[in-house]
Amino acid sequence: MIKMTIEELHLHYGEFHALKGIHMNIPANEVTALIGPSGCGKSTLLKSLNRMNDLVEGCRITGSVRLDGQDIYGNMDVNDLRRRVGMVFQKPNPFPMSVFDNVAYGPRTHGTRNKRKLEEIVEKALRQAAIWDEVKDRLHKSAMGLSGGQQQRLCIARALAVEPEVLLMDESTSALDPISTGRIEDLILELKKQYTIVMVTHNMQQALRISDNTAFFLLGDMVEMDKTQKLFTMPGDKRTEDYITGRFG
Amino acid sequence: MKRTSSLRRFRGHPAALMQYLLVHLAALLTGGTVLVLIGYILITGIPHLSLDLFAWNFTTENQSMMPAIINTLCMTVLTLLMAVPVGVGAAIYLAEYAKRGNVLVKMVRITAETLAGIPSIVYGLFGFMFFNVALGWGYSMLSGAVTLAIMVLPLVMRTTEEALNSVSDTFREGSFGLGAGKLRTVFRIVLPAAVPGILSGIILSIGRIVGESAALIFTAGSGRESLSFMTQDGFSLFAPLFQSTRTLSVHMYNLMNEGLHMDEARATAVVLLVLVLGINALSSYLGKKLTKGKEL
Repeated sequence: MIKMTIEELHLHYGEFHALKGIHMNIPANEVTALIGPSGCGKSTLLKSLNRMNDLVEGCRITGSVRLDGQDIYGNMDVNDLRRRVGMVFQKPNPFPMSVFDNVAYGPRTHGTRNKRKLEEIVEKALRQAAIWDEVKDRLHKSAMGLSGGQQQRLCIARALAVEPEVLLMDESTSALDPISTGRIEDLILELKKQYTIVMVTHNMQQALRISDNTAFFLLGDMVEMDKTQKLFTMPGDKRTEDYITGRFG
Repeated sequence: MKRTSSLRRFRGHPAALMQYLLVHLAALLTGGTVLVLIGYILITGIPHLSLDLFAWNFTTENQSMMPAIINTLCMTVLTLLMAVPVGVGAAIYLAEYAKRGNVLVKMVRITAETLAGIPSIVYGLFGFMFFNVALGWGYSMLSGAVTLAIMVLPLVMRTTEEALNSVSDTFREGSFGLGAGKLRTVFRIVLPAAVPGILSGIILSIGRIVGESAALIFTAGSGRESLSFMTQDGFSLFAPLFQSTRTLSVHMYNLMNEGLHMDEARATAVVLLVLVLGINALSSYLGKKLTKGKEL
């Protein structure tokens, strides 16, 4: 089943043509990895899936991105879109408030006020993000005191608390140590049963370990997309082969 | 690294020695001036402090500064009530809503910078002509407070804008990424994170309000009596607003101007100093309390 469809997507930052006609299908309940050298447009593409590019001045987008068949650049409410398509950023960015308030921020934003209900949601999200045991005794202390890896899992819990359908992860393990990275990778494999996950990564081993599909980008073009195993063993394009074997990038 | 206490390490480096001596001299001069000033005020002022000076009502005999202390506090609160909402609001507009390069933004910035550079006596004159005369408020607390509010507005605005700009964009992204709108992001995430910076702007403003005299002499006048809710027509909640009031600074200026009560003026200086230090300490304590556990 296809969760998101991207058709003829062009994106310009001022004069710069950052995405040059991308076509892509993102399958539901699978992990799709976007790889490619810096500046190839993979993060830009990720951000256009929940319209975070709207915040960038001078950004123009043509083409279509559909979520369950509905055009997200059409008359869909952008806040509702971002609830359905959550995002975890490169660096952990917990808000300067308590662990509980961090996770409850999303549900509160979307109208949940009942305290008991919020407690349920927070516990569920923290358990899903595999951090409940570490923070259950300090829910009302500042989230800024957590370690980097814990903060990132908290951010994942925060994103899960609004029950999104798609989770976008923008190099979400690149600022973490190998142990924290390992925990988050296990978590992603667990989460894909319920969510559709799109991740940008610079780490080819990571793409190989946890993704089902991989798309390779170069200079604003999508060179190819295939099942991860196939793309890494029998790439269809010479440039993909050069990149994954470390000739450039 | 072990620090050699002797100057021997500068042998053969005259420029470095020169620099070492000059920066130390500069630091000593700065610190020393403040210490001498505070010391002088305390030594000359403390012996003249007496209970009479803190009597509830002013009389020519006691020269009490109690009404002036109360006026100063009222004036500060009233001014901040006007300047802080407007200044913070304007800063939120500039930092969060206005598009870069917007003509209105440039105008607001230039206006604010110009306002910040005007000598306070000019504010006093403007306040006198506009509030006291044109609007007919006369010498009054209200007219003084509005004049001071205009005076500290740029300060509140600029410090708040800087505080908002220094809040990391990753917080904004995180909030938008969860589907929060602009309003919620600004008021729930950005503004709370900027509180320490905003507070430091308010502390600076308090310093200016308490220390101001020129702008107040023309607008609030130099009424010596305690604030009263009674008018010729009986009780009125707004009566104190339209009463001529002197703040502690103006009180001190008047005492020295009259030249008859120099000792009381010295004692007043001590109280003024303690008041300003007290307000600063209180504000930074509140700031720490508000931002507890929120270190960025």
